[in-house]
Amino acid sequence: MLEIGKRAVILRLEGGCLFQKKMGSMGIREQKTIRLVAKHPFHGPVVVEVDGRAVTLGRRMAEHIITGDPE
Amino acid sequence: MKKIVLMGNPNVGKSVFFSRLTGSNVIASNYPGTTVDFSKGRMCLGTEGHEIIDAPGTYSLDPSNKAEEVARDMFNQADLIINVIDATNLERNLYLTLQILEQKKPVILALNMWDEAAHTGISIDLEKLEHDLKIPIVPTVALSGEGIFNLICRIDEACPAEAITPMSEDDRWIKIGEIIRDVQHVTHRHHTLRDWISEATIRPLTGFPIALAVIFSALWLVSFIGEFLITYIFDPLFELYTPFAMDLSTWLGPGFLQALLIGNLIDGQIDYVQSMGLLTTGIYVPFAMVLPYIVAFYSVLAIFEDSGYLPRLATLTDTIFHRFGMHGFGIIPVFLGLGCNVPGVLATRSLETKKQRFIAATLIAISVPCMAKNAMVFGILGSYGMGYVVLVFATLFIVFVASGLILNRLIKGDSPEICLEIPPYRKPDTVTVIKKTWMRIRWFLAEAIPFLFLGVLLINILYTVGIVDWLGTIFAPVMQGLFGLPKEATTALLIGFLRKDLAVGMLLPLGMSPMQLVIATTLLTVYFPCVGTFAVMFKELGVRGMIMATGFMAVTALVVGTIMRIVLLGI
Repeated sequence: MLEIGKRAVILRLEGGCLFQKKMGSMGIREQKTIRLVAKHPFHGPVVVEVDGRAVTLGRRMAEHIITGDPE
Repeated sequence: MKKIVLMGNPNVGKSVFFSRLTGSNVIASNYPGTTVDFSKGRMCLGTEGHEIIDAPGTYSLDPSNKAEEVARDMFNQADLIINVIDATNLERNLYLTLQILEQKKPVILALNMWDEAAHTGISIDLEKLEHDLKIPIVPTVALSGEGIFNLICRIDEACPAEAITPMSEDDRWIKIGEIIRDVQHVTHRHHTLRDWISEATIRPLTGFPIALAVIFSALWLVSFIGEFLITYIFDPLFELYTPFAMDLSTWLGPGFLQALLIGNLIDGQIDYVQSMGLLTTGIYVPFAMVLPYIVAFYSVLAIFEDSGYLPRLATLTDTIFHRFGMHGFGIIPVFLGLGCNVPGVLATRSLETKKQRFIAATLIAISVPCMAKNAMVFGILGSYGMGYVVLVFATLFIVFVASGLILNRLIKGDSPEICLEIPPYRKPDTVTVIKKTWMRIRWFLAEAIPFLFLGVLLINILYTVGIVDWLGTIFAPVMQGLFGLPKEATTALLIGFLRKDLAVGMLLPLGMSPMQLVIATTLLTVYFPCVGTFAVMFKELGVRGMIMATGFMAVTALVVGTIMRIVLLGI
């Protein structure tokens, strides 16, 4: 997983149509740049920033967002 | 009459818009999911009257929780849509806009938070956007009212977008991408102090200490304001009132009317808590004991809500709340429930599944004491020592945690993960905070006074008819045998169904020890919700859900009462 404070580009979202839709409505889609703001212990939620807006996501959801290095 | 519906993503300012358009007041806050039901209002355009509806926020027309279902239903009924979108977040907001436009209803677009967009370095070319979407677009700042008049003037121009045809989800995003490239220009912006605070309050290492400090100072502030109002305003007022009440009492002479209006005199004097007359306890409890704390609590809550701190708190509590079968957003209904359980239970609508909603509503009903009752606990138990008050809240906290853990195992169903937008911090506006607090106080007074009077009336009737003794005898095995309380406490629990604050007052004349009072006041929260909460729970959970919740409450009350008796009374 990404380091705190680092940016990455979303390569793909691994999940069903509903998951894609839900993430999409929060601005989390392929090709977008996200930044990891916080990661909570004990498998807790993560906070990412997309388009300058923070979103809290469950850990499992976050793990299904596959990212790569920003070019 | 046309139906105009305000639609938009959560937390874009629809409710503020609604207040501006209709002049009616609705609660608006800086976190997604404040509006869980629709509000209706009226607005005149020229000579024509229109009905305006404020729908709950939704990200799309395919609902994912109960509040979004309400939004979709409102959309289907609409003749005209005012689509309110957040100018600082154009891309994401346009998804719902396209979905709405595909349905061929007349739409006018309000680009809200226009000022904030400018501050954050976002510029949007309005002409190009109007050209792309082919509907009228008006920049607005709902909080200050800027642009609202312009919107009203142009509402007749609202039209269906002919150019937009139904498309797939992917195509929608492609289209949005094209529009954004065409109309939006973002200048790079450096990290500000606001961003720094925002991140410090949401990261675990710094977030938890800050959260503890914030909650403790909030509690301190509530009790400080409450005590201040009682000592310097309400008690002096009642000192002025006492001679009149005494004169009235003497004038009435002993009899039914004196008993009803003034109640029992204690050592020849009025005791505002124990007398139980309509014109003594009936007005003293709501105004001088409960109202000060209601004022204090709701002003502090309003500051909390409008600052945008609550979603951050929801993030911090997420891991713990998952153990209770909910996710972090569950803290928001709990917080609202601390004021009054009714809005707390209603707010559970923003949770996605039945399991989450059931657990949240049940936990609020059995272990979250409302401010009216808390005020009485402070007032009565506090006089014996703050330790006893702490004991009540500590027990309720344990009940909350234990019930949450048990319900999570007991109730079947999904508990999805959290997926919550974190709004930027905003400085709470003084006028808005005062207005919101005033609305809630008015609501409290309208709700509390009739039930308090009914409660006092009922107590007098029950005593006169002799039902009190009869009930006491029936429940004596539970009260005395299990809980170690006098059998007369049964009446207090019965009245607790009408008003919990009044019920706490009824415990005082029973001559209980402080520890017995601790048990009785704790049970008063656990055993059953008040009638208002019962009604909304019934509506939200249905017959089956309510039977299950009631069963759980009865068992919890028996277990908690018995354990407390063993631990606290040592017998």
